[in-house]
Parts: sequence; structure tokens; C-alpha cells
Amino acid sequence: MGTVSNNKENNNMNSGREGIRGWLNPTRYGWERVSYWLQRLTGLFLLVYFVGHVYETSSLTNGVDAWNSMLELTQTIGGHIFLILVIGTSTFHTVNGIRLIFTESGKGLGKPGRPDYPYNPSSLNYTQKSGIWIALLLACIAMLYGGMVLFGEGG
Amino acid sequence: MASLRLRESQITKIHYLTGILSLFAVAIHILFRLIMPFGQSLSYENVVANYHNIFYVILLESILVLISIHGFNGLRIILIELKQSPKWESTITILVLISMIGVIAYGTRTIVIASGL
Amino acid sequence: MSNEENKKVQLKVYRTNYNKDDSSHYDKFEVPVKRWTTVLDALLHVKSYSDSSVGIRYSCRMASCGSCGMKINGKPSLACYTKISELKDDVIVCEPLPNFPRIRDLVSDFSQFFSHHKNMKPFIQNDKVSVDIDDKSDLVEFEQTHEDVDKYLQFSYCIRCGLCYSACPTVATDPKFPGPQALSQAYRYEADGRDNSKKTRFNIIDERHGIWRCHFAGSCSVVCPKGVDPALGIQLLKGHMLGLSKNNKKISTLRTKNNE
Repeated sequence: MGTVSNNKENNNMNSGREGIRGWLNPTRYGWERVSYWLQRLTGLFLLVYFVGHVYETSSLTNGVDAWNSMLELTQTIGGHIFLILVIGTSTFHTVNGIRLIFTESGKGLGKPGRPDYPYNPSSLNYTQKSGIWIALLLACIAMLYGGMVLFGEGG
Repeated sequence: MASLRLRESQITKIHYLTGILSLFAVAIHILFRLIMPFGQSLSYENVVANYHNIFYVILLESILVLISIHGFNGLRIILIELKQSPKWESTITILVLISMIGVIAYGTRTIVIASGL
Repeated sequence: MSNEENKKVQLKVYRTNYNKDDSSHYDKFEVPVKRWTTVLDALLHVKSYSDSSVGIRYSCRMASCGSCGMKINGKPSLACYTKISELKDDVIVCEPLPNFPRIRDLVSDFSQFFSHHKNMKPFIQNDKVSVDIDDKSDLVEFEQTHEDVDKYLQFSYCIRCGLCYSACPTVATDPKFPGPQALSQAYRYEADGRDNSKKTRFNIIDERHGIWRCHFAGSCSVVCPKGVDPALGIQLLKGHMLGLSKNNKKISTLRTKNNE
């Protein structure tokens, strides 16, 4: 009897899970959360680009006309902006990814010790934050360079 | 079959390794676009000439395999974290594996045909 | 001075009762506050003078028991450890902890959270020491230096308040993931020289919804009220599991009464 009533109670409880909203909002918990969010989104974006890129280069097999018409499609302002986004996201994903490989192997996080008030967690240190900022900065520089190359040639 | 199943720590190692290796491979791939004016490097003749260079073909195939593994495993991670049930998880694993093999096969087809052009 | 004494804030409290299928809503209360008033003080004021039916869970009032965790102005916090003056807001919103099943008002169900903790076998396991001791002369003690203790002490300060669990973005969508609390406890025993059951715990956490679902968003360490830094423990544990960082763990030597 007790179990049945417990089950009923459990069904009535709201699961309370934040669900996808839990990771869609990166603003509440500092830079590391922003990094987590961006690493995911850039990864997904790059996967879409990669599959698209494999598809677009396959036009090579259909001869010079097919290749040139595919090239025309990509050499529009929209195509250039998309490519600049690819340059930025791949730079961020790479630089931040390298940081994360070190971090997730326990490097650059500091050592455990006796915590003292006001409890500044050693894992959220400035080496880590600088890594995220450098990844963002390099992504911006790469996008600027990409923009200069793509738009500098007159589209 | 069960013995073929990789542990998550092994998959993570593969994820890191494919990520690092693809960084170097993609860097060389991009350099090939930048050693001459960008528009010229994408001309049909130049691209076909690239495909006749065996080292470049090996490089392209490596990028294809490395990024497919890294990217589709990333997608699998995101999807199995979103929803949990044995059915969903095995469906995701199978779909991701099929997509990965599909993309590798399709890209390899391009490489094989283009290198024979 | 008189301004400070007369200061009032509005407390918006999330109300619902899932056993009665009540629809959720917020009740607003005006509460007088002083510089030192905590959110728990304000909620107890509401219970005493405005609405005694507000459901909250609390015990020690000094951040030791971990009972009064709730979402305060959007962030998981301990009500007894959060001063209203530090929130710098005239409206204080109190909601139940995210990622926990809700029971009533601000009270949430911790059974799944505790079961993840239990799954980590959070106790010393050492196959060289017998658990059943009949003769007192068989009692043993482990020798540890201060440096040995420092390796895990930080993680043993965990009060199981669940704040890290509710801040974790993976837990938000994956209930099978043990969460930062349980995983940092796995590290706590992994780093403890008295414990030699590394393989058992590694097998528990090295699975599809195990430790590798942590991607170092660091939110657990941001909200931890005791400085445990779960993100640190989890990353160090990952490093050991990948074999990429050295684990200089020395199993403590045993001292028995006989060989003393």
C-alpha cells in the first residue's frame, strides 16, 4: 500500500528539471558557462558546415561547369558572411578545445587545499578565464582576417 | 558484441585525439588555399591538380575521417545528454554511426573520382 | 540610521502543492530587513507574521546542514547564508531548487540526489582491513601526513545541500548523470590514502552517463557555499582516469596495536 501511495505522490511531483533552458542561458554563472555554451554551439555549427562542405566539393566530380556554378553560390555576400562565421567558430572551438583538453586532464586548475572564506574556487582561476578570453579574441582576429581576404578580393 | 563496445573513457580519448590531429590536418588544408590568391586557389584546374597530389589526397581523407569521428561523437554526446531511454540512446548511437560512415563514404567517393579526373 | 531600520523588501515566494494539484503562483510579502537579515530570516518572518503555510526546509541556520537550498534571485543559494543586503535588490524571488522534483512551495525532493551520492560508495574501502573485528587488538589505524589529508579535505567539507546539482547544465537534462556532488565525492575517496578501491569506483563512473558528461561549465563551483570546488575534483579525477595526470597516491600504512 505504502509503495502505491508513494508512486502516486511521485507522479504528482513536478520533475523540476530545467531542461534545455538550463544550458541555453549562459549568463548566470560566469565565463566558464559561456565557454561551455559556445563550445557546444560552435561544434554543432561546424558539423553542419563540414557536412555541407563535403557535399559542395562533391560537385567537382560533375565537371567544371558544376564546380563553377557551386562556386558562384558560395561567392555571394551571404556566402562570405557564412564563411567568416565558420572561420570565427572554428578558431574559438579549436583554441577553447585545446584549453579544455588540458583542463579536463586536470592541468592548470590549481591544487586542492583547505578552503578559506570567501572561497574562491581554484578551478575558476584567471588562467582558465584568460584561455576563454584569448579564444574569443583570436576568433575575432581570424574573422577580421577572413573578412579582409574574402571581401578584399572584390567578392 | 558487448566486448566491441568502447568505454566512455576510451571514446573521450578518441574525441581528444581526433580533435588535436584534425587541427594540424585542417591547418595544412587551409594553407593550400592561402599560398596563392584565394579565388585562384579554388579554380577547377587548381583543385583537380591538388587531388592528383597523393599527399594531399591522404590529407583530405584524414580530415574526412578525423572530423567525422570528432563531430558526430560530439553530436552523440549532446543528444544523449538531452534525453535518456535505452531506445533513444541506441537509436542515436546507430544513427550517428550511419551518418558518420555515410559522410566518410560520400567524401571518399569525391576524392577517388576527383583524383582520377 | 532610521532609514535603515525601516527598510522593507518584497519577498516573492513560489507557491504550489503537487499533492493537491495546486497550480503554481507567487505570493508577495513585505518584510522588514536589517543589514544582517538573511533570506531565511525573512522567510521565517513571513511564516510567523503573514502566512504560516509557506513550506520551507531548514535546520541549523548556519550553512552546516545544507537543508535550506533554494533559488534566490535566479541563483541556487542557501537561504541562511544569503544576506538580503548583499543581493542589492528590493525584490527577492525565492523558488525551489531547479533540477530537483518539487514537493511543496520551496521544498524539493532529494531522494535521487542522495541515491547518486550513495552509488559512489562514499566510504573508505580497503581490502587489507577487515570490517568485522571481534578482538580489539585487531583494530588498525591509518597513518597519514598533513599533506595527505590536504589532498581530499576540501572535498570532505561537502554538506550535500544540492546547490551544485541544481546549477549543473548537464543535470538539467540528464537525470542519470551523477552530478557534481557525487562525482566530487568519488574524487574525495580516490584521493584518500586510506582507500584502495579505485577500480570499483572507476567502473561505476566510467559509463555512458558517468563522469564524461561533465564538460567543465564550472557552475557547480560558482554556487558551492563551502568552497568544495566540485569542478576541480571532477577534472582531477578525469585526468587520473585518462592516465594524463600523475596520481601520486600512496596507500596509507596500517598501524595495529600489535606492531605498535
